[in-house]
Amino acid sequence: MSIDLSQFYQVFFDETAEHLANMESFLLELDVDNPDPEELNAIFRAAHSIKGAAGTFGFTDLAEVTHELETLLDRLRKQELALRSEMIDAFLAAGDVLKEQLAAHRDDSSCDPAEAEHICQVLRKLAHEGQPAANQAQAVSPNLSERSFYLNLKLPANRSRDTMLANLAGMGQLHVRDDGSDPSVLQVVVQTSAQEVDLLEVLAFVIPPEDIELHDVTDDVDNARGYGIFDKTPSEPAVSRAANGQEAWGLFQPVAAGNAGIAEEGDGFGLFAPVAGASPAGDGEGYGFFTPIEAPAADTPAGKSGDDGDGYGFFDPLPAAQGSLAPAPVAEPAVAAPAKPPADTPAEKKRPADKQNVEASTIRVSVEKVDQLLNLVGELVITQSMLAQTASTLDPVIFEQMMQGIGQFERNTRELQEAVMSIRMIPISFVFNRFPRVVRDVASRLNKQVELRLIGENTELDKGFIEKLSDPLTHLVRNSLDHGIESTEARVAKGKPATGTLTLSAYHQGGNIVIEVRDDGGGLSREKILSKARERGMAVSDSMPDQEVWQLIFEAGFSTAAQVTDVSGRGVGMDVVRRNIQEMGGRIDIESMSGVGTTMLIRLPLTLAILDGMSIAVGASTYIIPLTFIVESLQPKTEDVKSMATRGRVLSIRGEYLPLVALHEILNEPPHVERVEDGLVIVLEADGGRIALFVDDLLGQHQVVIKNLENNYRRVPMISGATIMGDGRVALILDVSALVRAHRNN
Amino acid sequence: MEAVAAMAAGQQLETGHETLVFALGQEEYGIDILKVQEIRGYDAVTTIANSPSFLKGVINLRGTIVPIVDMRIKFNLGNVEYNQFTVVIILNIAKRVVGMVVDAVSDVITLLPEQIKPAPEFGSALKTEYINGLGTIDSRMIIMVDIEKLMTSQEMELVDAVA
Repeated sequence: MSIDLSQFYQVFFDETAEHLANMESFLLELDVDNPDPEELNAIFRAAHSIKGAAGTFGFTDLAEVTHELETLLDRLRKQELALRSEMIDAFLAAGDVLKEQLAAHRDDSSCDPAEAEHICQVLRKLAHEGQPAANQAQAVSPNLSERSFYLNLKLPANRSRDTMLANLAGMGQLHVRDDGSDPSVLQVVVQTSAQEVDLLEVLAFVIPPEDIELHDVTDDVDNARGYGIFDKTPSEPAVSRAANGQEAWGLFQPVAAGNAGIAEEGDGFGLFAPVAGASPAGDGEGYGFFTPIEAPAADTPAGKSGDDGDGYGFFDPLPAAQGSLAPAPVAEPAVAAPAKPPADTPAEKKRPADKQNVEASTIRVSVEKVDQLLNLVGELVITQSMLAQTASTLDPVIFEQMMQGIGQFERNTRELQEAVMSIRMIPISFVFNRFPRVVRDVASRLNKQVELRLIGENTELDKGFIEKLSDPLTHLVRNSLDHGIESTEARVAKGKPATGTLTLSAYHQGGNIVIEVRDDGGGLSREKILSKARERGMAVSDSMPDQEVWQLIFEAGFSTAAQVTDVSGRGVGMDVVRRNIQEMGGRIDIESMSGVGTTMLIRLPLTLAILDGMSIAVGASTYIIPLTFIVESLQPKTEDVKSMATRGRVLSIRGEYLPLVALHEILNEPPHVERVEDGLVIVLEADGGRIALFVDDLLGQHQVVIKNLENNYRRVPMISGATIMGDGRVALILDVSALVRAHRNN
Repeated sequence: MEAVAAMAAGQQLETGHETLVFALGQEEYGIDILKVQEIRGYDAVTTIANSPSFLKGVINLRGTIVPIVDMRIKFNLGNVEYNQFTVVIILNIAKRVVGMVVDAVSDVITLLPEQIKPAPEFGSALKTEYINGLGTIDSRMIIMVDIEKLMTSQEMELVDAVA
């Protein structure tokens, strides 16, 4: 019996996309020199899940690429290979290929198999570079491949110490830790290149697992988790290792270490005398075990304990040590030891705690369902306002109860509306999350050092914006990286930090969402922009305010970049950016200071579905003009209206002549007001042009819910949509951009 | 139970078409009742500038913007009045909602396949290509309209021309 798997495809696509996104974010966070094994594991798991699912659904191309990815990752996480930055590049590239393949399956299109083949080869090559890479790894950080395990074995009666030791000797170098007085116990430290599991496997043949006590003590060095194991006699091998600086068996003199390794905030479990300055604990948890034997020197982890980490210190109680511990030969390596570990502070310390993925329980619901809910609630609001209007004519004394009910109803509907609106809201991190990658790629291509800062990633905005925001933001970010932030040399020459900073932030301001793209680069050059504008025959003057000068860069075909790069500079784009943002009902402003940096401010309304509008009257009809396009409204004087022989009328406003457009002529609507002087004029600005629109009257300002006309009808020239007014009637929303365009072309 | 209900429905489909009959001028027209969402009175519409005269405008139907066409104007049936008896048939066709003003809605009838005859070329206001056939019941003749084809046609200008 065969099951039709295609019904699960959508789930597979969604999940795989999620895994890929996860993988990418982990890859970008990965510290090449000191990879966190947990993160490598997470990446491996993501790749593995994709491979498994792809195999199940028969997407062999996906499975093939993930297989290669997995092979290399597996060797990395087993620490057979050292991570290198080109591997991360290869992983990212593989992620891209997987995304393309996924998209291809989703859309039933095809993608280039050569690309997949290429990335497979790259991955294979990296994975099979095995030996040399491993050697290299060993040379750089021997601890990574050579590990030390502390074993405490309870020997079965039929096994002698010596045979056991002989067995273990085959695994690596042994350091016996007990005195041999009890023949059934063997304490030994094995320094070996084998894995913990291998060791356990060997032992499992002879000793029941419950009698095996095994600690990985390698991490003492690289993870600053110190097992200082007391040696009854200042053991020779331990000293030499400490001296080598490879392992942190710091044999030191407690008093000397006392100065260096004093616990700062450690909750140390120490069975040591309070005088013992040589606390093994840094800010981790230290376990100090008192040893009954007096010794001149103690093995303590104090070497690294100055840092963080859990220190297990088997050390000597102070008074005893202090008394007898003059022996200097051991003290020297001890002093050397503390200096070393801080150099390779583990990566965990740098990782901000808030990076943890918050698992929220969610349900997937189609957008249509939410929109339908939104529509219904919109209807409810209108019904409610109709009821309220009717009720307001009634006598509040007689209908007191009903009045109360209506008041309650109003509050409830408003809360319901807000709640439903919030369903469509998703955090802007959905857009922001792609930028670490964009910045990394672009900056490395431009050979610049750039640090990206994200602020306010949890700011929520309408889902519709999220999709439309991605392109314009990417463009602005690329622009800032290319033209904004200077080259490293130029920055240093100017006395700025060599690494440029690009900040993306989002926050609420009034009824708007503001998104900032800020760089600390060279800023915009007023002179360059003005001269470029003159070159292109634009009407500019030296006295223009900065704001207006900056707006010039949004004109089509305007680029002041001295050099066209493959990143930007072709002058297509900024005009598109502005148009995209205006289509969302938003606006973009620039703040810039020469030598200090540039900030692009995008202002968007809270949701796509709602628009701040001015309702105006023409004849018997009501129309809505989006507030973002309105510059001002005024009552014109007769002498300001001039007519031009062939091109209609113009209106002079403070020395500027604007085309005067009568809305009733465009709409073929008999107006109530014939003369311009009796009506009102609204100055509209869109796409860099201005017109003066003549209307009968202004009615008021509203927040309106935008409805699509095309759902059931078709596109109407000069109209961008419709809305439902408080009285239940439909009002049309004017398409200001089209209106302005139509009259600029004349 | 469900199987029985489905069979009953299937039988009904096989045995006859439920048809909504409405009047335009002197003629009676029938449309597939499954395309009809509801029937309501004529409300104030919001006119759309520069649209054909038979497009009265758009109304707010519980939050949806619905265009209203007046078939009487489309078919030049003379005196067009809007009063409390004016009827709008709200159609649900091709995933769109459209309102259609007619003179009157008379009844719902079930026409058996043998009661429907192919339509000859004749002088109706409607082109033959939108007519499925002529239904006869008692002495009445009902023009069966393919309402989906009609409403999505270029002639009605209700949908964007396919680019």
